[in-house]
Amino acid sequence: MPVGRLSNAFARAKAENRAALVAYVMAGDPSLEVCAAILDALPKAGVDVIELGFPFTDPMADGPSIQRAGIRALKNGTTLRKTMALVTQFRQNHPKTPLIVMGYLNPVETMGYDAFARHAAEVGIDGAIIVDAPPEEDAELRAAMQASDLALIRLATPTTDAKRLPAVVAGVSGFVYYVSVAGITGDKAIETADIAEAVAAVREASGLPVAVGFGIKTPDAAARTAKIADGVVVGSALVDVIASAHETGGDVAQAAAAFCQSLSQAIAQAR
Amino acid sequence: MDARNSWGSYPDAQGRFGQFGGRFVAETLMPNILALQKAYEDTKADPSFQETLDVFLRDYVGRPSPLYFAERLTDHFGGAKIYFKRDELNHTGAHKINNCMGQIFLAMRMGKTRIIAETGAGQHGVATATVCARFGLPCIVYMGATDVERQSPNVFRMKLLGAEVRPVDAGTATLKDAMNEALRDWVTNVKDTFYIIGTVAGPHPYPQLVRDFQSVIGRETKQQMLEREGRLPDALVACIGGGSNAIGLFHPFLEDESVKIYGVEAAGHGIETGQHAAALTGGRPGVLHGNRTYLLQNDDGQIIDAHSISAGLDYPGVGPEHAFLKDTGRATYLSATDDEALEAFQLCARLEGILPALEPSHALARVGEIAKDVGKGGIVVMNLCGRGDKDIFTIANALGAKI
Repeated sequence: MPVGRLSNAFARAKAENRAALVAYVMAGDPSLEVCAAILDALPKAGVDVIELGFPFTDPMADGPSIQRAGIRALKNGTTLRKTMALVTQFRQNHPKTPLIVMGYLNPVETMGYDAFARHAAEVGIDGAIIVDAPPEEDAELRAAMQASDLALIRLATPTTDAKRLPAVVAGVSGFVYYVSVAGITGDKAIETADIAEAVAAVREASGLPVAVGFGIKTPDAAARTAKIADGVVVGSALVDVIASAHETGGDVAQAAAAFCQSLSQAIAQAR
Repeated sequence: MDARNSWGSYPDAQGRFGQFGGRFVAETLMPNILALQKAYEDTKADPSFQETLDVFLRDYVGRPSPLYFAERLTDHFGGAKIYFKRDELNHTGAHKINNCMGQIFLAMRMGKTRIIAETGAGQHGVATATVCARFGLPCIVYMGATDVERQSPNVFRMKLLGAEVRPVDAGTATLKDAMNEALRDWVTNVKDTFYIIGTVAGPHPYPQLVRDFQSVIGRETKQQMLEREGRLPDALVACIGGGSNAIGLFHPFLEDESVKIYGVEAAGHGIETGQHAAALTGGRPGVLHGNRTYLLQNDDGQIIDAHSISAGLDYPGVGPEHAFLKDTGRATYLSATDDEALEAFQLCARLEGILPALEPSHALARVGEIAKDVGKGGIVVMNLCGRGDKDIFTIANALGAKI
């Protein structure tokens, strides 16, 4: 039950009266081998849900950090298939940690929606976020994902008004990803006071856990978000930690794990 | 696919031209795109919008542009009569301003106070900077760093007009990367910003509204041709990057089945070399920049860099309506290499005393064959959509001349 893995992770966090930590890394960054080691280290570092990005040449909703990570990944020959191979490897040691993939539609279209969903289910992926497939365009993909019992996670944003919200949360499973600022990934520091109300509205409309992301860079910010959200997503900041450890020749997996550990501790003490 | 006699009904309510088009954007932009669509539909019910636009097109842009009989080129090729629709005589030197004028009125109607645009050759950037200067709105133009270098006269022009030009280093630092960056700006400043897209691509309603604003080219051509020759032309020819000048000429003729339609893509160093910008000829359908269309891409769905001597055609995609016209067979898409375009440029300069831009030089490279194919007694219209002054450094470089 792949969707079950996601539900279980959020349920467990809730039972422990804390938010779940959702960590984003780019497949193949800084290399496929090191990325595998990073993934392997994340569950122990307190990461509840892994978001594994697959690269695209034209990531129009991503800021500089994730753009550069995507370029590094593509230079290493990372493809959607190799991203899935990383998950196969990850699942050997981590049968319970939910993992979703995140990226843009064109690589998925190229593989074919049905093949993508079947293959994703086979390797142990629990769901996907496809940034440039809004509800108006994702019917076919959603059907393919449902047939393989995978979650299609949608984004809700500050521009998603009350009128539009029901359409955005219709047919979703797993959780809803609330983008806390109108902007690109890693862009601005977030104002938690502004988003508490929005998160509550999304939670009520969807009946699902709501993870908040975009702009959470420090344990402090993670803790503030953890007070109001069911999940805290950290992406660009973790990607930056990975990039800088790689550039300085450090132990990349250990650096990533240490950063996640600091986030996880801050989140655990937030409420 | 039964699209005959109903070409005007596309796109459908979902912004689709058959399987092409659509609205493949991040959720942050969706409400804005829906608001834009509504605002655009409202303008159609408001005659004063078109009236105001028409006055500016006449007095500021200089429309209608002439339909010119290119007699010496006609004699040179010895086939059908060749006419040029002279959109290079518009204010700012290309067809781009037709669309910018329409979109700036739309922006003001929506109460937007900040304008952004992407540009490749710089023609759309100049046209956007021009209308922003005229109506007193701040203007930011994203331009690939490579293009900033090879189109420096246009960069300076934009700055003179008060626009801020932001070079984009990401990716290949050309038009597609400029468009990514403009989309990122828009996502970030969605409340006050209007994005003036320069071609018939992007999410719905852009392919439709840019087409509608550019269709003034084809409407004028039809009227001028009926006045001059008393009949419709046999063939239309235009270059295709994103394809806005082409769709502007083609669209009013789509239901006239006797009129053959030819688009000419940039074959760069040759289709077989892989270094080209011919998405329809050498690509396959996929999703980029908000729409489904033909794209240059690899087996993993990664976008492949385009190549063309012409910065305005250097784009790995093409407008979704062209993808639809190709698949339905209504239009035929050919290509011309860098060298063929350069040759056509020189021929036009010597025989007609006109320096065409490198973009329409691609169309010109196929016009001779099309004119011969149509034959004597026939009529071919080519859209001369831009003037070549901006390209003289590129051309000098290609010809090994020092200026």
